[in-house]
Amino acid sequence: MRHTISLLVEDEYGMLPRIAGLFSARGYSIDTLCVGPTLEEGISRMTLTTHGNDKIIEQIIKQLRKLVKVIKVTDLTERAHVEREMVMLTVNAEMGAHRQEVFNLVEIFRAKIVDVSPDSFIVEMTGNAEKVQAFIELLKPIGIREMVRTGTVAMTRVAATRQQPKGNEETFSQLTLNEKV
Amino acid sequence: MRGARILVEALRCEGVEHIFGYPGGAVLHVYDEINRHEDRIKHYLVRHEQGALFAAAGYAQATGKTGVALVTSGPGGTNAVTGIANAFMDSIPVVVFTGQVPTHLIGNDAFQEADLTGITRSCTKHNYLVKHVEELAPTIKEAFYVASSGRPGPVLIDMPKDMTAQEAEFRYPETINMRSYKPTLQGHPGQVRRAVELMLRARRPVLYVGGGAIAAGAHEEVRRLAEKLNLPTTCTLMGLGTFPASHPLSLGMLGMHGGYWTNMAVDNSDLLISIGARFDDRVTGKLDQFARGAQIIHVDIDPSCISKNVKADVPVVGDARVVVQQMLAEVERQLDAGERIADRTAWFEQIQEWKRQHPFFCHDEGEVIKPQRVIEELHRLTGGRAIVSADVGQHQMWTAQLYGFENPRQWLNSGGLGAMGYGFPAAMGAAVARPGEQVVAVVGDGGFQMSFNELATIVEYDIPVKILIINNGYLGMVRQWQEQFYARNYSHSNIQVAPDFVKLAEAYGVRALRATQASEVSRVLAEGLEARGPVLMEMQVNREENVFPIVPAGAALKEMILG
Ligand SMILES: Cc1ncc(C[n+]2csc(CCOP(=O)(O)OP(=O)(O)O)c2C)c(N)n1
Ligand SMILES: [Mg+2]
Repeated sequence: MRHTISLLVEDEYGMLPRIAGLFSARGYSIDTLCVGPTLEEGISRMTLTTHGNDKIIEQIIKQLRKLVKVIKVTDLTERAHVEREMVMLTVNAEMGAHRQEVFNLVEIFRAKIVDVSPDSFIVEMTGNAEKVQAFIELLKPIGIREMVRTGTVAMTRVAATRQQPKGNEETFSQLTLNEKV
Repeated sequence: MRGARILVEALRCEGVEHIFGYPGGAVLHVYDEINRHEDRIKHYLVRHEQGALFAAAGYAQATGKTGVALVTSGPGGTNAVTGIANAFMDSIPVVVFTGQVPTHLIGNDAFQEADLTGITRSCTKHNYLVKHVEELAPTIKEAFYVASSGRPGPVLIDMPKDMTAQEAEFRYPETINMRSYKPTLQGHPGQVRRAVELMLRARRPVLYVGGGAIAAGAHEEVRRLAEKLNLPTTCTLMGLGTFPASHPLSLGMLGMHGGYWTNMAVDNSDLLISIGARFDDRVTGKLDQFARGAQIIHVDIDPSCISKNVKADVPVVGDARVVVQQMLAEVERQLDAGERIADRTAWFEQIQEWKRQHPFFCHDEGEVIKPQRVIEELHRLTGGRAIVSADVGQHQMWTAQLYGFENPRQWLNSGGLGAMGYGFPAAMGAAVARPGEQVVAVVGDGGFQMSFNELATIVEYDIPVKILIINNGYLGMVRQWQEQFYARNYSHSNIQVAPDFVKLAEAYGVRALRATQASEVSRVLAEGLEARGPVLMEMQVNREENVFPIVPAGAALKEMILG
């Protein structure tokens, strides 16, 4: 199953290879990865998506938490959260029917045309991974010349952060996951 | 003061008394300070950087103190990597200082440049590259804290040469607070309660104790728990000595070369209580066949060890000592509340029966020296009290099976990495750490040839290590596998072409003795062990002796071959 994991890490030399190296050394895969600053100086946020069975995901989270300079690891998958990716596409848009078709899709998907030439547009679109994929599929018949796609960024919904954990007895994963070495 | 001096002062603040190292261009500023301050920090010049790391590991394993090594950039660092990986696998607190080319040359393929933080990222608990001389002291403080707390491990500090030359004010932080690193010590009370309930009720329990219990200093508590609850107790290869081998509840070692009765007990248990052990594949054998009827309690300070291999029914994250103390208190509470310990008479009888059926054995053959007898004799002559450091191979397993360790930090070996060449330098580190105690390196003829350069070191500093070579003229463990699993095709495992070990030792100025016949073993051992200073004792043993039992790789525990 696909999981979206959000990390807060110390903004230090070599953090990215530490994270990436953990995945490669243990044979896990990173599907997408986004890194950026946070409001607090000295802390970076990494959002990564990966896949695997429950056991693998549990190990990934525990191993990430074990890294000495990782401050917080959250698996957003089971919480209410919002995910976004961005894609930029250079698409064929010759005068005539195709040009109009691209306009229509841009309108429907609430995308944006950010560059225009006589026979092509650069289109920018954000959405969750499925929506981005759907947009790409619809543009394919018209002709995509080039595509650049970011990884996923994600944020917990405000309502979810206010929720209390269910029940008194902590679950197994909470017990062993909420700790660091 | 300059960075090099800051390093020395920081080591003093950490209470470091001994370091093992090897100089080179990138650490010359440091060495310029080292011999000026040797009244308080003694430096041992090893003869290979790998030896420095193994010595630092042996030092740490024999005491619980953090071992310290200092090597130069490039080849100095790469030579140290095996020793760092060893410390990582066996959770040994070690701080390694490596030189690095000056900051402005980093990335230039400069002379003796190697990306040491990159190379060691996956075999250190953490590593640092010092970029400003002001960071040096706080980095050292953090490194010692990280290396020795939580699940211990090696931490590397890479120091560009200019960082040791530049000046800064020396201020050593008194406290440390890392928002990203806070080991959990206390076990979850609800889990502790559940664990104790299971321990009281179990009819066929086994307590399974690993190196984590030694790291936590939990041996007293573990013994009290076993005695209080009447739990048969087995130690892993790394955990030997945590529970006294002579104790009536002791089952000895489990796993690939564990006792038949031990593995049968684990296999048939209804409750397995793991304290600071990690269900390594050498312990479990085939995973889906492992202790199938048992519920699992797993106490570990490293959450990632829990349910990694075997799913835990009661996971407890915490320090082994703290958690077992909590358990002892909980046992009292439950007993006071009227709970009773289940009757285990039948279980103990069954275990005794297994032990009667297949004890460890050794068939004597006249004057042929049997390696097992050498270890038994070593035990007898040292009263079971020596610090014993083994290399890797058959001799390691015979020592683990037969020496009978009574105390923690008495048994040193390379368990996780299984690095040949460890035994002798680690013994050297242990002897430095615990002067006045008998330290014996039990090594194979193969592994000793990966580390005998340190003979010069023990002579130079008069480190009284007793080296016991179990010489079978083979890479014995490899030969055994070839005999048993490769139709006796002894491909490249015969190492009869070897130096005369007695002459070799003598060439270094080390006293040496040899036994070629069974009747000479006691005399040679007694003479060697009693002599002052370093001694090498060579035992020319039966060449094709095998270690039994053996669980073939990938087989279930109960499929062990008994011999
Ligand atoms: C550095 C290293 N290389 C290879 C091995 C694989 N290996 C494991 S045991 C062994 C044989 C060791 O021979 P020896 O030191 O003579 O000990 P013996 O088994 O004969 O007692 C070998 C080659 C290893 N563990 N470490
Ligand atoms: Mg040998």
